[in-house]
Amino acid sequence: MAIFLDKNSKVIVQGITGREGLFHTRRMLAYGTRIVGGVTPGKGGTTIESGQPVFNTVKDAVDATGATHTIVFVPPPFAADALYEAYDAGIKLAVAITEGIPAHDMLRVVATTKSMRIIGPNCPGLVSPGLALVGIMPGHVFEAGRVGMISRSGTLTYEIVDGLTKAGLGQSTCVGIGGDPIIGTTFVDCLRAFASDPETDAVVVCGEIGGSDEEDAAAFIKEHLPDKPVVAFIGGRSAPKGKRLGHAGAIISGNFGTPESKLAAFAAAGVPVADRPSDIPGLVKERLAAHA
Amino acid sequence: MKLMEYQGKELFRRVGIPTPRGVFARTAAEVEEFITVNPGSWVVKSQVMMGGRGKAGGIKFAHSAAEGGAFARELIGKVLKNQQSPDGEEVRSLLVEEMVEIASEAYASITIDRAAKKPVVIVSSQGGMDVEEVAEHHPEAISKYWIDPAIGFQPFEARQLAFAAKLPSGYLKAFPKILGGLYALFMEYGANLVEINPLVLTKTGEVIASDAKVELDDNGLYKHPELSEWRNDGPADDDQAAAVEIGLGMSNYAKLDGDIGVIANGAGLGMGTMDAIRIAGGSAANFLDIGGGAQAELVKKSYDLVTADPKVKAMFINIFGGITRGDQVALGIVEALKGDDVRKVPLVVRLTGTNEKEGRAILAAAGMNPVETMDEGARQAVAFAKAGS
Repeated sequence: MAIFLDKNSKVIVQGITGREGLFHTRRMLAYGTRIVGGVTPGKGGTTIESGQPVFNTVKDAVDATGATHTIVFVPPPFAADALYEAYDAGIKLAVAITEGIPAHDMLRVVATTKSMRIIGPNCPGLVSPGLALVGIMPGHVFEAGRVGMISRSGTLTYEIVDGLTKAGLGQSTCVGIGGDPIIGTTFVDCLRAFASDPETDAVVVCGEIGGSDEEDAAAFIKEHLPDKPVVAFIGGRSAPKGKRLGHAGAIISGNFGTPESKLAAFAAAGVPVADRPSDIPGLVKERLAAHA
Repeated sequence: MKLMEYQGKELFRRVGIPTPRGVFARTAAEVEEFITVNPGSWVVKSQVMMGGRGKAGGIKFAHSAAEGGAFARELIGKVLKNQQSPDGEEVRSLLVEEMVEIASEAYASITIDRAAKKPVVIVSSQGGMDVEEVAEHHPEAISKYWIDPAIGFQPFEARQLAFAAKLPSGYLKAFPKILGGLYALFMEYGANLVEINPLVLTKTGEVIASDAKVELDDNGLYKHPELSEWRNDGPADDDQAAAVEIGLGMSNYAKLDGDIGVIANGAGLGMGTMDAIRIAGGSAANFLDIGGGAQAELVKKSYDLVTADPKVKAMFINIFGGITRGDQVALGIVEALKGDDVRKVPLVVRLTGTNEKEGRAILAAAGMNPVETMDEGARQAVAFAKAGS
């Protein structure tokens, strides 16, 4: 078992005939993801080279295929509309890859599409190794196993996962929640799902400066996850205040979003924070042994 | 994008928030002409982004056209400095406004609460002061409310906030309309922050926004192309300009204080690389994320941008190939080091992931020997930087 995504999940791609959409559709298919079709308005009735049908609307795609998952590659000005369309068609989980969606569009979207889980935006997607990948992650670094992973970043996740895999620690599901200020699924949402997943033995939380998602995660772990080991990492601890570093959400504003606050919160929850990504596999093993 | 006061007030007027009568001016002649036509007492306010401009001498009170002109000549071109902004900021324009007789000063703002995923409205009866200080010393003077974007702003929310923050009764009638305007501006223009401090109740019973602080989300600016010219009015953000010029995203490059140049693919890995350098005893000279799928050309331009900073004594290129291909990055590095005009600093490359073998072969052919891990790369870069200083 995994969270949010398994090998039976039927997935459509919004923006399937675009350059990015098509490139990643091929990669997801190669990974074994059940891509049942895609949407590009005006190209309905055609198919992509591997045979998946293209529809004009998400509703047409859902009616014809029974898709429950979607991945959104459409550009920022049209991304909110694409998410509303997915929600309207009854999609249960939407991965928004798009970077640069206005925060206020997302405020409205998350407030009005509550029965649909949104991962992202500005995220690398999610993967349940060996089962399915919905995103832009390089599938080869992941290996099926029993460690859950949640991260605000992309490449840093690959770095950490690569280390886990090389240390013999496979993963149940890895969720890239995204680097934007307003995101659909938070650390806490993922932790809640991992808490009740019998096939996840430990969780790695890869946070970064800015916002308070890490503090909320620490509070949740303290309260609800006493029996599952969690190891954390915080990126950008050497960053100066007030500089926005790549991610729109990675900024220390005044005394808010500082690494000190996040470190204190994890310490209070008894969660070890790795200084370096390379320390994470060792800490996970230590914690697993202590809980055994 | 942060807006100047006069720009914020222009948006205030568009959404029906009253502002003092006045004129925006770039020259002393404009100020003189305005006061000549409109005799009386006027406030001459320097238009700068920095806080605390009053204490830095950036606000003057003029009672005649001649006085206004003299102040304008004194202020335009002057560099205002204070403790908050030791480097200072040059005054390039002025806002001339009527002096209002103040009966009371309040505070109102809206920002994004990331955790709640909602706009949060903050109202205080202690206007004209730093709201964080008020929160610390007079928490009873502050009230907060989280607006549900699915419902939007409703006038009762303003009444509730006004009573909870104990605003004087003179505010009550005008307040819902002002807060409604503020929320409209916040959502319509995509503001990270809208703040009125102070929101003045005049002795004649009017409620007026005496100052305006507005910060817009860059991602939403495309919806209002008419505002793009305002960008040139503020102090330039050199990092953003440099990033955009070579084809990077606006926030993909930031200059820092250290002496080790950093190039990584991905924001998280970029931050992680800075941290690794810190742990190894050094300090990063910059943050640079070349993004996903970077081609050789961009790698070369990024190298030139980072080494253009004379502080840089060593460079650490840290690539974890997912979508980005190791051979492309390697080609870019080799290309970057060609030619006589290139500034060569000791270089450490870590290259792993997609097309790692091909990439390492390209580097080896050029006489470079990439390191295996991020930690090792950071240690080497720090050693090079120390040897070079």
